[in-house]
Amino acid sequence: MAANERRIILKNIDQPGYGNDIDTYLKHGGYEMLKKALGSRPEDLREEVKKSGVRGRGGAGFPAGMKWSFLDFKSGKPIYLVCNADESEPGTFKDRQIIHKDPHQLLEGMLISAYAIKAELAFIYIRGEFPEGARIVERAIEEARQKNFLGKGILGTAFSCEIRVHRGAGAYICGEETGLIESIEGKRPYPRIKPPYFPAALGLYMCPTIVNNVETLCNVKHIVEMGGEEYAKIGRHGNTGTRIWCVSGHVRKPGYYEFEGGAITLGELIYDVCGGLQPGRSLKAVIPGGSSMKILRADERFKGKDRDGNAYDLGLEDLILDFDGIAVSGSLSGSGGVMVLDDTTDMVEALANVSSFYAHESCGQCTPCREGSLWLKKILERMSRGQARLEDVDLLKSVADQIPGRTICAFGEAAAWPVQSYVAKFREEFIAKAEEQAAGRKPQETGERVALV
Amino acid sequence: MSQTMNLKEETLRRIDEVIPRYPQKRSAALPLLHLVQEDQGYISPEAMEWIAAKLDLEPINIWELVTFYPMLRDKPVGKKVVRVCRTLSCALQGSYKTCSALREALNCENGDTSPDGEVTVEFAECLASCHTGPVVMVNDDLYEHVDEKRAREIAGELDSGKGSGAAG
Ligand SMILES: Cc1cc2nc3c(=O)[nH]c(=O)nc-3n(C[C@H](O)[C@H](O)[C@H](O)COP(=O)(O)O)c2cc1C
Ligand code: SF4
Ligand code: FES
Repeated sequence: MAANERRIILKNIDQPGYGNDIDTYLKHGGYEMLKKALGSRPEDLREEVKKSGVRGRGGAGFPAGMKWSFLDFKSGKPIYLVCNADESEPGTFKDRQIIHKDPHQLLEGMLISAYAIKAELAFIYIRGEFPEGARIVERAIEEARQKNFLGKGILGTAFSCEIRVHRGAGAYICGEETGLIESIEGKRPYPRIKPPYFPAALGLYMCPTIVNNVETLCNVKHIVEMGGEEYAKIGRHGNTGTRIWCVSGHVRKPGYYEFEGGAITLGELIYDVCGGLQPGRSLKAVIPGGSSMKILRADERFKGKDRDGNAYDLGLEDLILDFDGIAVSGSLSGSGGVMVLDDTTDMVEALANVSSFYAHESCGQCTPCREGSLWLKKILERMSRGQARLEDVDLLKSVADQIPGRTICAFGEAAAWPVQSYVAKFREEFIAKAEEQAAGRKPQETGERVALV
Repeated sequence: MSQTMNLKEETLRRIDEVIPRYPQKRSAALPLLHLVQEDQGYISPEAMEWIAAKLDLEPINIWELVTFYPMLRDKPVGKKVVRVCRTLSCALQGSYKTCSALREALNCENGDTSPDGEVTVEFAECLASCHTGPVVMVNDDLYEHVDEKRAREIAGELDSGKGSGAAG
């Protein structure tokens, strides 16, 4: 555990002797908060979650209490809870830790949440590449059932709840909540257009549905334990509670670390917590929230005025590590996946790698996304393979600029933001690549090869 | 189309168990596809028709899932499927070299599957273990920190039937 980490969700994870079985969990006070919650009224629990200010940990950072308040309780239809355990955003690996090492914490968080939103059927949508995780959660569910924490008339109350595990099959778009819902319905996971298909009103089987991330649902247990107001004292305003950050790439100690909102800076995370870079290397760029988020350049300055009107002028390493602190940079903390790139990284190839992901994962419903993501990948692969042209950097920008805001789901932004930010911030590298390659290509052009395009 | 598609008894039992777990039958499509693929290695056209009939759907409703989801296969593949993460964090740590080493050592250079049909090597997208990259999955098991040397060791284990994939 790194210095000044505050582990709430990860508290027991990786502690010696902490197994993922129910006996271990019970020894550590497991399911006590479920008992406590079942003694309260659902509306009071929802109020506590609202007071806690907890924001969703899946990507968008939307306040969970507010999301729950949009639920249509009057429709007369069943209400569903869905745990988003698709964890597919490149650079993100926190939910895997919880699922594998502390599955009962997730179940307890889910059962409390289900009770609070009056759902009697809940799903865990787990990505297909977590077969072991799916088995662990299935076993945990059976263990919880044996002890009557789950199933009919939980702990002698009138509340019944089932949790089903639904496995994905390798498609990133299933992480988008309406695509996920379609996938549970047994259809192609095509995201739905909002409005009208806000899950809180028209979700799974066209019934009111709440979709929350694994980490978000775990937090609910701790909100019940502390009370919403106490929980809200952790971290800073608008960034309450802790957050798990996943650090990967060119740092000496990549891993997952949990901090209170605003406790440290991005620079402290990279250098103090993760041991900095390899000897002799320097920092080139950071992707702060999974590969969909805009990249930050190591020597960028971020200037503006805060909510109290005070001017700030910050470097990348000064950015405060939480939702609002990272947002100051014009990028977002997304899923908490921090990817660190040192000076050995070729930015054209890095972007080609990222764009290849989005071209592969576009669901294909919207033309700008389907066609645009493929074009971006093709241009970037061509550039990486020695066929870069001077005009490519503008071509990339022009294709990327035509995607966001013209698509059904936020995947369009996810595909465009990396391209827009890399070409804006590392433009000289894209140009240099073209110049180098043009210089190297000249002798070839005088040979037998005749260019046809 | 035979009544049971030559599926193992265990698979048939699990199929009958999973369908009523959902409020609507159609939701069982993906679980059934997983079960059939685990049993037979891939989803044949007959299997798609069989699943469709089981769920009161048209075959196209199943076919469109098989063509969409990367993990579902409509053709036989190697008994052991080796998936190498090629996404950025793993790539920064050398996963492209890892993949080449695996392809070479497992005789999968021409096409993804070895000529004897034993092993398939393919790229996968981020497997959510970016801090321990390069990561590789062999059937259901995750291997971490797989550099070229480790890749050749894993290939050796698979060849001699000791690897995790041997049972699959
Ligand atoms: C393309 C795309 C992929 C997403 N992938 C995930 C994911 O893998 N896991 C996740 O929790 N949320 C993911 N999300 C966010 C979900 O749509 C949704 O906002 C989230 O599950 C809500 O949970 P929260 O409010 O607890 O964060 C994704 C969103 C988009 C647009
Ligand atoms: S934006 Fe892309 S991923 Fe989202 S619905 Fe449209 S085509 Fe599908
Ligand atoms: S990039 Fe390979 S596991 Fe995430």
